[in-house]
Amino acid sequence: MRFMMLMIPGGYASAAPDNMPSAEGVAAMMKYNEELKKAGVLLALEGLHPPASGVRVSFKGGKPTAVDGPFAEVKEVLGGYWMIDVRSREEAVEWARRCPAGDSDVIEIRRVHEVSEFPQEVQKMAEDFSKLTG
Amino acid sequence: MSATGEIDAVWRIEQRKLVARLARLLRDVGLAEEIAQDVFVLALECWPREGIPSNPAGWLTQVAKNRALDRLRRTSLIEGKHRELAIDLAELECETPGIDTTLDEDIDDDLLRLIFTACHPVLPAEQRVALALRLLVGVSTPEIARAFLVPEATIAQRIVRAKRTLRDAAIPFETPRGAERRERLGAVLEVVYLIFNEGYVATEGSHWLRADLCSEALRLGRSLAALIPGESEVQGLVALMELHASRFAARIDKAGNPILLLDQDRSQWDHSLIRRGLDGLNRAMVLTLTPGPYVLQAMIAASHARAVTAADTNWIAIAAHYQALAFVAPSPVVEINRAVAVSMAFGPAQALAVVDALRGEPRLKGLHLLPTVRGDLLAKLGRTAEARAEFLRAAELTGNDRERAVLLARANCSMRGSEVISIEQRFT
Repeated sequence: MRFMMLMIPGGYASAAPDNMPSAEGVAAMMKYNEELKKAGVLLALEGLHPPASGVRVSFKGGKPTAVDGPFAEVKEVLGGYWMIDVRSREEAVEWARRCPAGDSDVIEIRRVHEVSEFPQEVQKMAEDFSKLTG
Repeated sequence: MSATGEIDAVWRIEQRKLVARLARLLRDVGLAEEIAQDVFVLALECWPREGIPSNPAGWLTQVAKNRALDRLRRTSLIEGKHRELAIDLAELECETPGIDTTLDEDIDDDLLRLIFTACHPVLPAEQRVALALRLLVGVSTPEIARAFLVPEATIAQRIVRAKRTLRDAAIPFETPRGAERRERLGAVLEVVYLIFNEGYVATEGSHWLRADLCSEALRLGRSLAALIPGESEVQGLVALMELHASRFAARIDKAGNPILLLDQDRSQWDHSLIRRGLDGLNRAMVLTLTPGPYVLQAMIAASHARAVTAADTNWIAIAAHYQALAFVAPSPVVEINRAVAVSMAFGPAQALAVVDALRGEPRLKGLHLLPTVRGDLLAKLGRTAEARAEFLRAAELTGNDRERAVLLARANCSMRGSEVISIEQRFT
């Protein structure tokens, strides 16, 4: 089963555009990443720049509108993710527990859709889906 | 979330580390596993009642160490202290394993020692597979039995025998070095690939259990690749498994019959696995100038994965890879696959020369493989009577009803050529 662990760092919504993690923070996180890798469960991971340097595109009234960050109305934003392959939801949770995260950080765990879960007619529409991800 | 589910998750993550550390201290993999099991049972009793400790790994390690200490004290009293045990005892007692300290830094070395020991070539392959699933992956005996469609007692016996052999042969708990390392690594990779194939090839049994075996083999392979990143064959095996696994959904029809590689619906291939496999293959190739058997097989699988349609397949490249494979890992089955690739790349006449060189090969006696391919090549060359004789011989030899029907139909010239040719692709 593939799960995405979504890191929602506390205060990241208002972090400066050039915000960089501390050396100690990175060192601890690297150790954690290594553990995931040595357990054979890590498939991918990325870290994201703060929303202050991001853009939101909304579609109100059928019209795409782009607005530069930061976004005052948004409280929780992504800071990065891990994609893991584990045996169960509980195991994903257990891995998340071990993350050297800060006091106000949150990790949200979400299962990745497999095309085989969809009903037949949806599967048909999604036939070439996996090619897109390649 | 259930407490048992949580405990099980902790166990799956911690189990092999625990066994690895205990095995180093006790110099006995079997005993280490027994103590680890006891500790797990204890956790199952205590944790639902008292709550899961904030550092479950620390708890397990602490309790396991205490048990190991008891055992060592008792052994050294009974058997009279032998020096090494005394040293370990001192080491064990000096360590300050405070529940909050993280695991030892040298856990990677212990894990590698455990992997190499559980997959030691002194053990028959089926025992190595059972022991590896139990010790390295944390799969229970009933689960292994269900996945392999054999009685639980059979698996239990394999594990008991394997542990006894390791003890009786006094296999040291070490990571092999120098010349021995290559052979020992080969034995480890064989186990990983056997587990994968058990899940991939057979069509009997519950689909999910079999898919689970493939996933376990992939995780074990990835783990090994992370622990020894410099070995091209390890990277090659992981890439090979990822490329095969990418076809998991496309390889069987709704009735459970295998769909031959060239007939598969390629839109059903998992392209994220293909990408991972191709990346892994690149890493493996950077690590060596002389690719080994797993890297070469991954190169063959990659040639298929890169072809958008079956007609786009680069058969010349595949024939060349088979030739290299026949050189590093000679086998008549590899030669037959090479003949099929040569036929696709250069035509049946050249392929027939490859196949004819195999006549009289003792390892192919009694198998339908050779007459099937030879019949196909002869048919393509218009030598119909000879082709018919080969197909009839092949039909007699196959144990599979569906294959027999196809072969008999070919003997009667009512079946197109590609169908029989692609039967052989399953042997890649």
